[in-house]
Amino acid sequence: MVIDADRCEGHGRCWAGAPEVFEPDDIGNGQVVGDGRVPVELEHRARLAVANCPEHAITIEES
Amino acid sequence: MGHHEPVTDWTTDFDHTDDVWAADPYPIWDELRRTCPVAHTGRYGGAWLPTRFEDVAAIAYDTERFTSRSVVMSEFRPPAMLAPAGIAPPISSDPPYHKDARRMLLPIFSPQAVEALEPATRAYCRELIAAMDGRDVVDAAEEYAQHIPVRVIANMLGLPQTDAETFRGFVNHVLEGVSLPLEQRAEGMIALFGYLQGHIDDHIAEPRDDLISFLLDSELEGQKLDPFQVARTIGLLLIAGIDTTWSAIGASIWHLAKTPADRERLVAEPALVPVAIEELLRAYAPVTMARLVKQDMDWNGCPMKAEEWVLLSFPSANRDPDEFDRPDEVIIDREVNRHAAFGLGIHRCAGSHLARMEMRVALEVWLDAFPAFHLVDPAAVHWSGGQVRGPRQLPVRIGPA
Ligand code: HEM
Ligand code: SF4
Repeated sequence: MVIDADRCEGHGRCWAGAPEVFEPDDIGNGQVVGDGRVPVELEHRARLAVANCPEHAITIEES
Repeated sequence: MGHHEPVTDWTTDFDHTDDVWAADPYPIWDELRRTCPVAHTGRYGGAWLPTRFEDVAAIAYDTERFTSRSVVMSEFRPPAMLAPAGIAPPISSDPPYHKDARRMLLPIFSPQAVEALEPATRAYCRELIAAMDGRDVVDAAEEYAQHIPVRVIANMLGLPQTDAETFRGFVNHVLEGVSLPLEQRAEGMIALFGYLQGHIDDHIAEPRDDLISFLLDSELEGQKLDPFQVARTIGLLLIAGIDTTWSAIGASIWHLAKTPADRERLVAEPALVPVAIEELLRAYAPVTMARLVKQDMDWNGCPMKAEEWVLLSFPSANRDPDEFDRPDEVIIDREVNRHAAFGLGIHRCAGSHLARMEMRVALEVWLDAFPAFHLVDPAAVHWSGGQVRGPRQLPVRIGPA
């Protein structure tokens, strides 16, 4: 998972919906937890974060 | 507000303070989206109303051609010389000034700061419920929803709780008095700033651990804020934080009062409340913002003139079938929901984490106390018109009929 910091406006849909994958920084902007790899069981919620980010700031790089 | 002629044609003469709009704007927007997606009116000195998600988003992102110098549409346009800061930074500011003015506020409303306010908010919601003890019918807007944001923001700012009635009056005046004559509007603003100035002077004499003292100590562009800037910022927080959240909590309770299946589901599955809140925010988004056109231009075929308004209807965008599946239905567990209730782009609601916490706690406490409640009389529900729409009278039955 990658968050484009230039697009993120801190809506918090990602860290609220998938706290294992995203976390807020000190002003509420999203950042990925760890190296951004998502275990299979969290994939659905990670994809929802992509679909719900109002700024289209999150992308998935498949590996 | 009824200070104007009733609207007969929504495509060429719309008015967001019309009683028909206040009572139920959705059919108006649905029709416009199909037939005239960017409507116009000659009222307020000229204004446009985009109703599609795509158009609302494009204008929200276009800070080059649309200014935030005033986000509340009325006959009054603040002088252009106030740009780029505007009357109430950061909501009235354009880039590049906007960024730092906003940055200064974000830590106050960060998720971590908001979390710390949750226990007090919950205790306060419970107090409001306790005061209803023994009653069968209560007004969920007047006796519950309205008090929560007032109490939370007054606490944060360090203003006395006993003044709650006073600031509700100011807020009402600014947001709902848009069709009053200019002199009357100006009087309201002067009264608000006079009130705030007194408290700011107190805080200068005697600093405390609250938001007013924090702001007095903050710097912008390398300089301490002067007391007037602090007053403007506080004025913004009162105006942006109260009616909006009151409306969102009220609309949520209204929906659950008339929709037993959704109510029962949330009572049985409290963990669903955060998802439900996003859907309620989508379907009943309370806030519409305004912009001013900077220069004459052709915007997607619309001949927009400098100083005309644009009403950014986030509520209508949230009902656009091109963006949402079954937009007119409240699907209480809707998972894919990229709604715009808190705006889009650089002005994203700075208080959104706080507002979500207040909504969640308010609903949790309410549902816990009243697992079954319903509308006393749908016709007795009264909605505010204008740019912040929510139930202002909401009688619900919480006890035996
Ligand atoms: C459910 C409740 C709320 C809703 C729906 C809401 C909605 C909005 C919207 C749509 C904007 C965008 C303005 C624009 O594009 O011009 C906004 C901005 C703002 N809101 Fe809220 N709001 C809510 C609650 C709050 C609260 C509780 C506060 C703080 C106490 C707050 C403070 C602000 C501020 C400071 C801005 C300006 C941000 C900027 O210009 O950078 N709001 N709000
Ligand atoms: S949902 Fe999008 S805009 Fe919001 S914090 Fe996450 S990445 Fe940023």
